[in-house]
Amino acid sequence: MERKDWPLWEVFVRSKAGLSHKHSGSLHAPDAEMAISNARDVYTRRNEGVSIWVVESKHIHSTLETDSESMFDPNEDKIYRHPTFYDIPDEVGHM
Amino acid sequence: MEQKEALFNYLLRLADNAAILGHKLSEWCGHGPELEEDIAIINTALDLLGHARSLYTYAGEVEGKGRTEDDLAFLRIEREYKNALITELPNGHYGDTIARQYLFDQFNYLLFTELEKSSDETIAAIAAKAIKEIRYHLRRSIEWTLRLGDGTEESHNRIQESFDNIWAYTGDLFVEDVSDEEIIAAGIGPDLKALQPIWREKVKATLAEATLTIPEDGWMHSGSKEGRHTEHMGHILSELQYMQRAYPGCEW
Amino acid sequence: MSETDLQTIFDRKIENEVKIEPKDWMPDAYRKNVLRQMAQHAHSEVVGMLPEGNWITRAPSMRRKVALLAKIQDEAGHGLYLYSAAETLGTDRERLVLDLLEGKAKYSSIFNYPALTWADIGAVGWLVDGAAIVNQIMLQKTSYGPYSRAMIRICKEESFHQRQGYEILLTLCRGTEEQKAMAQDALNRFWWPSLMMFGPSDKDSPHSAQSMAWKVKRMGNDDLRQKFIDQTVKQADFLGLTIPDPDLKWNEEKGQYDWGQIDWEEFYNVIKGNGPCNKERLAARQAAYDNGAWVREAATAYANKRAQRRDKDAA
Repeated sequence: MERKDWPLWEVFVRSKAGLSHKHSGSLHAPDAEMAISNARDVYTRRNEGVSIWVVESKHIHSTLETDSESMFDPNEDKIYRHPTFYDIPDEVGHM
Repeated sequence: MEQKEALFNYLLRLADNAAILGHKLSEWCGHGPELEEDIAIINTALDLLGHARSLYTYAGEVEGKGRTEDDLAFLRIEREYKNALITELPNGHYGDTIARQYLFDQFNYLLFTELEKSSDETIAAIAAKAIKEIRYHLRRSIEWTLRLGDGTEESHNRIQESFDNIWAYTGDLFVEDVSDEEIIAAGIGPDLKALQPIWREKVKATLAEATLTIPEDGWMHSGSKEGRHTEHMGHILSELQYMQRAYPGCEW
Repeated sequence: MSETDLQTIFDRKIENEVKIEPKDWMPDAYRKNVLRQMAQHAHSEVVGMLPEGNWITRAPSMRRKVALLAKIQDEAGHGLYLYSAAETLGTDRERLVLDLLEGKAKYSSIFNYPALTWADIGAVGWLVDGAAIVNQIMLQKTSYGPYSRAMIRICKEESFHQRQGYEILLTLCRGTEEQKAMAQDALNRFWWPSLMMFGPSDKDSPHSAQSMAWKVKRMGNDDLRQKFIDQTVKQADFLGLTIPDPDLKWNEEKGQYDWGQIDWEEFYNVIKGNGPCNKERLAARQAAYDNGAWVREAATAYANKRAQRRDKDAA
């Protein structure tokens, strides 16, 4: 399919070594190379990053709000997944 | 010619190149083909103006007459500006701007790569910082040359014409005079004549990849090193200098 | 889920300060309201580049030139963030831009005033950005998630814009008589249009009440305007400039300034297209769009060609 306007891309920037890439925003670009280049000029003008990911927005899939009850609520009561669920005497020290 | 005078001349050439091309690029602000391009082209303009500032400041120190970056940037007469003719050409359409930019970036990249090794420590330091930016300018202008050259038939024809029209101004980049001889002898800057064939090979390769034809080396304009400019230069200066000339001696 | 249930969930979110996100259900009217505001805001950033852009090549020093250029570049960035936020509601940027060019969408009326002198660049930074910041700080808490996030980023970046403008005026006011007169003239021309930036009084503003109810806007036009006046008067005093409003007076009882009447006829006239620069601004945006078309197409064609070549190589 030929489209004339540039597609939308999502930009993820690693702000410093050791951290994960975080969503910064979006932009338009004709292809991946230009998307990276534009992302550098748009989203790292103030030293915000050391690495950039771009992905065309149409490739992102997400959960729906209407599913969120069944997707996320069931985990609210699974408290045995958290360390505070278990009683360990203070004498044992930090664990 | 004394080495100090040669160095001052040389710095002005470098600074004027950056200042005038930065000036021309800044005219795109708000008028680019897409918002992302506005931002990108302003980045290049800001980088170039940054180079100009460091170089003018150093030129003022070398001259030793207390002239500041602004004195040098705004308060010379036309014949005292030494920027290459290609930098003062009109923006034209986006293809004209990209062709001008690529040909200059390719030159600037080779030049500043050599300047990093300059025997003059200040120039070497300025070049070491600038080269990172220039490498990015070159990358972008190559990317755009490819897209316009190998894009649509219309874009191909347009940018081919841009390269054909601008070509006659490229010879001026490599002209050498007595200042250059001093500079080369002192190990401050490279022999431009030696850079020219490398530049030509690089340009040829980029244009070939962009499905474009490298123009014939015909007659070339020259004169920038003597301050002999195109008619465009006077108009650039009338805008650039307007405030400083209309309100002499003010702080801004 | 029935529409009533969805409406209930939406209302509860608004009430509990939970942001509305792009894929969430929202009433059509809310979608339209937020989209209109974001698009208008984006257009304002982009058209706003033009009056200041008019002075880049004439900036009086290298320091001022790079600062101005960086500021206008930020405005392009902010337009871009806002268009992106608007695009999350399913209308792409090109459509939004065409709405502007076709006269279906508005932008802030202030940018239809000309930047005539260098002092105007100072006044635009101090007053126009100052007014914009008052509005944008409020909008950081807007109920639509992408709009709110764009605003947070924008406010962070804009912090230098107003200082840049004020510093220009401060330098002029400490300079020659001629420079100070230039600064006063700029204030005279930009004061009232800056106050108009907040829009008509809430009682006359068609969208204000609903925007407040949905928490798209968190403060009314009149309150925002008052806040701007209260914080700006002492800045003018420090410059030694006179605000062109004979009725401007501190009201001890209310703890705020009383001030004169805005000429709303002028405001509506400018909105209708009769400002000093309406035609030029739109013509400039139209030219950028038209002259850029072959460039955008070329890049798209190149991307398509290369994708095809890649597919062929892979096959």
